[in-house]
Amino acid sequence: MQDLTHLQRLEAESIQIIREVAAECDNPVMLYSIGKDSAVMLHLAMKAFYPSKPPFPLLHVDTTWKFREMITFRDNIAKDLGLDLIVHINEEGVSQGVGPFSHGSALHTDIMKTQALKQALDKYGFDAAFGGARRDEEKSRAKERVFSFRSAQHRWDPKSQRPELWNVYNAKKAKGESIRVFPLSNWTELDIWQYIYLQKIPIVPLYYAGVRPVVERDGTLIMVDDDRIPLHEGEKPMMKSVRFRTLGCYPLTGAIESEASTLLEIIQEMLLTTTSERQGRVIDHDATASMEKKKQEGYF
Amino acid sequence: MAHKSDLIAEDIGGYLKSQEHKSLLRFITCGSVDDGKSTLIGRLLYESKLIFEDQLAALEADSKKVGTQGQGIDFALLVDGLAAEREQGITIDVAYRFFSTDVRKFIVADTPGHEQYTRNMATGASTADLAIVMIDARKGVLTQTRRHSFIVSLLGIKHVVLCINKMDLVDFSKEVFETIEEDYRAFAEPLGITDIVAIPVSALEGDNVTEPSARMEWFHGSTLMSHLETVKVDDEVQAKPFRMPVQWVNRPNLDFRGFSGFISSGVIRPGDRVKALPSAKESAVARIVTYDGDLMEAVAGQSVTITLEDEIDISRGDVICTADHPAEVADQFEAKIIWMSDDEMLPGRPYLMKMGARSASVQLGSPKYKVNVNTMEQLAAKTLELNEIGVCNIALDRDVAFEPYQQDEAMGGFILIDRMTNNTVGMGMIDFALRRASNIHWQAIAVDKHARAELKQQKGCVLWFTGLSGSGKSTIANLVEKRLHAMGRHTYTLDGDNVRHGLNKDLGFTDADRVENIRRVSEVSRLMVDAGLITMVSFISPFRSERRMARSLLDEKEFMEIYVDTPLEVAETRDPKGLYKKARRGEIKNFTGLDSPYEPPENAEIRIDTVDMTAERAADSIIAYLSSHGYLAGD
Repeated sequence: MQDLTHLQRLEAESIQIIREVAAECDNPVMLYSIGKDSAVMLHLAMKAFYPSKPPFPLLHVDTTWKFREMITFRDNIAKDLGLDLIVHINEEGVSQGVGPFSHGSALHTDIMKTQALKQALDKYGFDAAFGGARRDEEKSRAKERVFSFRSAQHRWDPKSQRPELWNVYNAKKAKGESIRVFPLSNWTELDIWQYIYLQKIPIVPLYYAGVRPVVERDGTLIMVDDDRIPLHEGEKPMMKSVRFRTLGCYPLTGAIESEASTLLEIIQEMLLTTTSERQGRVIDHDATASMEKKKQEGYF
Repeated sequence: MAHKSDLIAEDIGGYLKSQEHKSLLRFITCGSVDDGKSTLIGRLLYESKLIFEDQLAALEADSKKVGTQGQGIDFALLVDGLAAEREQGITIDVAYRFFSTDVRKFIVADTPGHEQYTRNMATGASTADLAIVMIDARKGVLTQTRRHSFIVSLLGIKHVVLCINKMDLVDFSKEVFETIEEDYRAFAEPLGITDIVAIPVSALEGDNVTEPSARMEWFHGSTLMSHLETVKVDDEVQAKPFRMPVQWVNRPNLDFRGFSGFISSGVIRPGDRVKALPSAKESAVARIVTYDGDLMEAVAGQSVTITLEDEIDISRGDVICTADHPAEVADQFEAKIIWMSDDEMLPGRPYLMKMGARSASVQLGSPKYKVNVNTMEQLAAKTLELNEIGVCNIALDRDVAFEPYQQDEAMGGFILIDRMTNNTVGMGMIDFALRRASNIHWQAIAVDKHARAELKQQKGCVLWFTGLSGSGKSTIANLVEKRLHAMGRHTYTLDGDNVRHGLNKDLGFTDADRVENIRRVSEVSRLMVDAGLITMVSFISPFRSERRMARSLLDEKEFMEIYVDTPLEVAETRDPKGLYKKARRGEIKNFTGLDSPYEPPENAEIRIDTVDMTAERAADSIIAYLSSHGYLAGD
C-alpha cells in the first residue's frame, strides 16, 4: 500500500486520457504551443507510451510572431525527443501581411491562430487534437469536458455537451467532426509548476528572468524581439531584467520585471504575486465571457 | 495567493517539499436552488486564499453590478461561469473548481439543483469520493434533497457531508439542526450511505466553514474544511483485488510486448500471478514498466505498463486481474440505467456500450421498473425518458469481465452510446450477471431485420443481377461485394452456378425447374435480408414473373434489379465457359438466348451496358447508387 500524491494521481489520469485517444481515434495530433502547459502535456505523452514513442505528431500553429527563442526551443525539443513536428502557418494571412501591429490583436489572433488552426486540422484530417488548456484558467473553461466536441465547422456548443461519466470517454464522432481533448483539465497553475520542478521538465528560457530589450505599450512591457515592432520617434528599447508568465506572440505578451532566474524563484514569485496568470495575455482583456465567445467560434 | 507567505518567502524549497505529499479529494455539492451551494464553494475558494487580487477586484465590481448581496461580496459570482446562466442566475451545467490547502488538493464538481438536470448531477457524482448535501435550515429535508441523495447512493458514494446552511437565519438553533439531521439519517441510511457527517454552517457569514463558529458553541464537530481535509476515502480501493483494464498494447519492437492501463483497484508486484479476462489465460507479471524506471509495486490510481512472463494473447478492452480473485465474466446482466437523452430509450435497439476500455454492442430489455426519485416508488415502465432511472436486463454481443458496480465502480459502470448520433445517451451500473437459466426473455424484444441491419450500420437488401450467360453478372457482383466488404459492410453473394452445386443440385433446366430454382434462391435471399445482409444474387433468371415473385417477397426498396445488358452476339463472343459453343453444337438444351427465351427487365433499378462500361465502372455506379439511396449508414 502507498498513498499517491495529488500530482501522481493527476499524472496517471492524464496518461489514461492520452492513451484512450490514441486507442480510439484514427488520426490524433498534439497541439504544441511551446509553453509550460504544452511542456507538461508532451512529457505526459512521452510517459504514456514509453518505451514506444507517442503514436501521433505534434502540431504547432505558428503565427510568425512568436518569440524567436520559442521557435529554437520547439525545434530542439522535437529533435531531441525524435518526434514528428508539423508547423502550420496561415500563408494567406502572411501574404496579406496580417500582424498584431497592423491589424490589431483580435484580427491577428483570429486569422493567424484560430483560422490557421482550422486550416491545419482540415488539411491533415486530424480527428482529435490534444490541447493544454486547464479548467482553472478561466470561468468558461471550468465547464468544458475533457473530450470536447467540435462540429465540422469547428464550433463548440456549450449547450449540447455530452455527459462525461467516470473516466469512460466517448470518442465516437461523425465524419468531419473532431474532438479537442484536454488532458490537463484538472491541473492548476501551481500543479504545473510543481510538476515541472519535480520532473525537471525543460521549459523555454523566457520564463526565467534575463536582461532583455523592452518598450512600454499601454502600461505593458513588450519585448523587442525583432525589428518588426514600430518604435516611436526617438524611442529606445530599455534593457530590463524581465521574464514572462505566459508565452504567445511577442507583441501580445506582457513581460514582468523580475529577478527570478531559477525555477524555485519563479514558483516563489508566482506564489507571492497578486495577479492571475492570464493578466499577461492581451487577448483576454476584452469583455467578460469573451473566451466563451472565442471558443464557440473555434478558438481552441 | 499569499498563503503561508513567510515560509514561501524564506524557504521556497522547504515549502514545496511540504506540498509534495498532498492527497487529492474529489467531491460534489448538491442541493436545491438557492440553498447556497455556489456561495459555499465561493467561500471555500476565498478562504483557501486562492483568489488573486485582480479576480477579487473583478468580484467586488461584479458583486455591485449583478450580485444579490447589496454592497457585500457575492461569493456565488466566483463560480458561475457561462454567460447564459449568469443571466439566468442559476448554474446549468457541471462546473469543476479547484482549491488546495497544505494537506489536500480538492476538485469540486458543482452540480445543478433544479429538477430537469439529473444527468448533470450524475455526471458530477460519477467521479466524486464524497458528496456535500446542502440543506436550507429554514426548509429542512426537501424532495430534491431526497432525489440528490438517491443519486449519490446510486453512484456509489459512501461519504456524505450534510451541510445544514443558513443557520444564521434560524438563530443558530441546535434543535433545528438536530431535527434535520435526524430526518435525513432516517431517509439516507437505508439507501446505503454509510458515512454521514452533519455540520451546521452559514456559508454567507463563514460559520463552521473554515473557522469554528463562535455562535454555535453547542456544536463540537469538525468544521467543513477540516472534515474535508481529513476524511479517508482512498484506502478502500487499494485493498480490493488487482484489476487493470488494458487500454493499449505497447509494441515498440518485436522484443517488447507490454499492456498499458490505469490500475482501477488493488496492488501489483513483479512475480504476481495474473489472469487475463475474458480469455482466462494465466501468467505472471515480469516487469512494471514506466518512463521513470521499473517499479517494484504499483497501486490503484497509477497508469503503468505491465509485461508478462508468457506470451498470452491480450488486447485492448481485456482486464488483467489477480489470478486468485479474478473478476467474473458474463454477457447478460441486470443493471440500473440513468437515461440522459431527449430521445427515449428503445428496448431492443442495439446501443454501443463502453465499460472501461471495452466496447460492446448491447440491447436493453424493457425496464422491469423505473424509480420515482422523489418517493423511491417503483413504477411500471415500457421505456425510460430523459432523467429517468430504471432497472433493465441487458444483453451484450460478447463476454466481458465485470464486478457489481456497488463493489467496484470501474468494473461495473458503463456508458451507452447511440450508434447513429454518437451521443452518450445513458449510463448504467451493473447489479449482477444473469444466469443462463434466467436469460432475457427474447420474445419481449424485437430483434427484427431492422435491428440486425442497424447493428451492421446498413440496410439489408438484394441486388438482383439478371442477364444472359456471359453478360458479366458474376464478375460485376463479385467486384461490388469486394468493395462493400472493404467498406466494412456485411454481404453475401448467391451465385447461380454455386447454388446449383448444393441447394439446387436436384434441379435441371426445364422451365419448371428454372422457376423452382429462382423460387428457392428468392426465399434464401429473403432470409439473408432478414439477417441484415446486403445480398448479391447473380442468376440469369430469364423470366419476368419469377423476378417479380422475388421482388414481392421483400419490402419496397429492399429489392434492386440490376440488368446486366449485353447483346447476345457480344455474350456469345465472350463465351467464358464455352457454353454457347456447346449449346450451338446441341450439347446443351434450353439454353437462354438460343432455344429458351430471355425476357429483359422493363423497370430495372439499374441498367449496366457492358459494351460501353467496364466491370469496374459498373461496380462503382452500383456502390454510388447504394450510397446515395441510404443503404450504407455512416457513409
